[in-house]
Amino acid sequence: MPVLELRSRPMFRRGGAGYSAVPPWIYALACVGALFVLLPLLAMVAKVKWSQFIPLVTSESSLSALGLSLRTSAASTALCIVLGVPLALVLARGSFPGQRVLRAFVLLPLVLPPVVGGIALLYTFGRQGLLGRSLEIAGIQIAFSTTAVILAQTFVALPFLVVSLEGALRTAGGKYEAVAATLGARPTTVLRRVSLPLVLPGLASGAVLSFARSLGEFGATLTFAGSLQGVTRTLPLEIYLQRETDADAAVALSLVLVAVAVIVVALSYGSTRSKKARPGAAG
Amino acid sequence: MTIHFEATLTERNFDVSLDLARGETLAVLGPNGAGKSTLLSIMAGLLRPDSGRAFIGERTLFDLSAARPCWVAPHARGTALLAQEPLLFPHLSVLENVAFGPRSKGAGAAKSRVAARRWLEATDTQTLAARKPGELSGGQAQRVAVARALAAGPDLLLLDEPMAALDIHAAPLMRRLLKHVLADRSAIIITHDILDALMLADKIVILENGRITEAGPTRHVLGRPRSRFAAGLAGLNLVTGTAHGEGIDTAFGRIFGTRETELVPGETAAAAFPASAVSVYLDPPHGSPRNMLEATVTDLEPHGDAIRVRAGELAADITPAALADLGLVPGTRAYFVLKATAVTIYAA
Repeated sequence: MPVLELRSRPMFRRGGAGYSAVPPWIYALACVGALFVLLPLLAMVAKVKWSQFIPLVTSESSLSALGLSLRTSAASTALCIVLGVPLALVLARGSFPGQRVLRAFVLLPLVLPPVVGGIALLYTFGRQGLLGRSLEIAGIQIAFSTTAVILAQTFVALPFLVVSLEGALRTAGGKYEAVAATLGARPTTVLRRVSLPLVLPGLASGAVLSFARSLGEFGATLTFAGSLQGVTRTLPLEIYLQRETDADAAVALSLVLVAVAVIVVALSYGSTRSKKARPGAAG
Repeated sequence: MTIHFEATLTERNFDVSLDLARGETLAVLGPNGAGKSTLLSIMAGLLRPDSGRAFIGERTLFDLSAARPCWVAPHARGTALLAQEPLLFPHLSVLENVAFGPRSKGAGAAKSRVAARRWLEATDTQTLAARKPGELSGGQAQRVAVARALAAGPDLLLLDEPMAALDIHAAPLMRRLLKHVLADRSAIIITHDILDALMLADKIVILENGRITEAGPTRHVLGRPRSRFAAGLAGLNLVTGTAHGEGIDTAFGRIFGTRETELVPGETAAAAFPASAVSVYLDPPHGSPRNMLEATVTDLEPHGDAIRVRAGELAADITPAALADLGLVPGTRAYFVLKATAVTIYAA
């Protein structure tokens, strides 16, 4: 049956949109790709015991893990914006020696195994760490606290915001900023009234990606923050733990995480689409 | 109060020095890549030259030759830039766009809007105030961009081919607006259009390969071109006379054409038309064309594939075959015929 569909689709395209540069057999491979993503999700949904679903996801440990996940992800997204916007601006607009190297290192967490990130954070903020020792003297202990969860999530999520925003800044170009400057706007005014408003859609999608990445963060959190219920045990950690004892609960919680992820993606997709549609409709 | 500019930038093979009296408009013409935009970018502070200095009156824009080099940031220069594209901020309304300059200079929001409305009126765009830039036509957007640049109160207005991206209907309107706003304003305008230079500028420089090859009063440079580029431009005929209803009276006869500006009968006016639009006859042609000028041939010179026939101020490009047919020599009395549609008439 799928084969029949594949054959009829190119015919439809020819009638509808004219020429398409995609050869028909690519559709077959794309189909396999889509199934590869969707099938495991379907398999999981099929495994959910709906009769126990509500009690399972509303248990005390589940709710506390979900609440912690949402709070820490929101905090780390805010931190990503505070740290990532200046980084993206400097990478997109600045010109200084070592710029390419800086970009490479900022993007490193994208390709680094999260566990490695967790270990690196531990040797920075842990008791015996680079900064941790001084912080300890000042009476601040970060490792194995909720702060550690936020730091771990920020560490892995920051590149998503930087990449997305830097791309938006490069696409927007510097022309509007140059004009604003010749009209008498100081650099900070240009940033506030021109640069940032112009890349707002890019910033929004970057923030959403960071939030989603924070929500799913597991390895760095476990290594650097541990798994204390209500303090550092986020939803992914809870799911992993439950899987050992109560597989049904793990599946139910996984579905919750999928639902949250879908909502986040839908929100960002909807907002960027309406933003893109506006100038088009206007012109 | 004069404006002085000199700068070199080796990377772009740019070495230019020029002066401009306050209130004067300077047109910069030259082939692509000659360094015209580089000139404006350096002036506006967007591009740093290797050496040089620039002043507006007593005020320094940059002085890299001093013992302690000085480089004033773009926002503190008072040199508003108007580019080929309007570059209106897409997220702000037309009114907020025009109010951007005053706001940036520290005026309050309400006061800035009052100033913005004044400039929207001056550019005849007040009805667009509430719109977003995406809802404007190219011509409207560029008029708003003019209003925005003027609202910033610049000491020197920099215009980088402001009419190049406009369609043929919007360009004359824009030219008229610029003639009005540039009247007593210091400005540098880059243009490809000889008519812009004639109508808008007091002085002209020809820029080739990063160097000024000719400079002087507009009519002088175009009347006796020395550089190849100016000679190419001078393929445009420019005949002065007295305005008379739909046309102008010249030494050669009455010329009709498209009026670029309103004409006041009796005042001085000029007609511009390309030499390629002029044909030459020995006898008055049949059908009594509207524009038939009688003149004595003074010169013949090769001009590309054509022969340029000169009769004082008049020039016509004809083919070598036509020249052979007509047997023109200096001293021949001939009739120069041109279509009224090829002629632009404007107040001089």
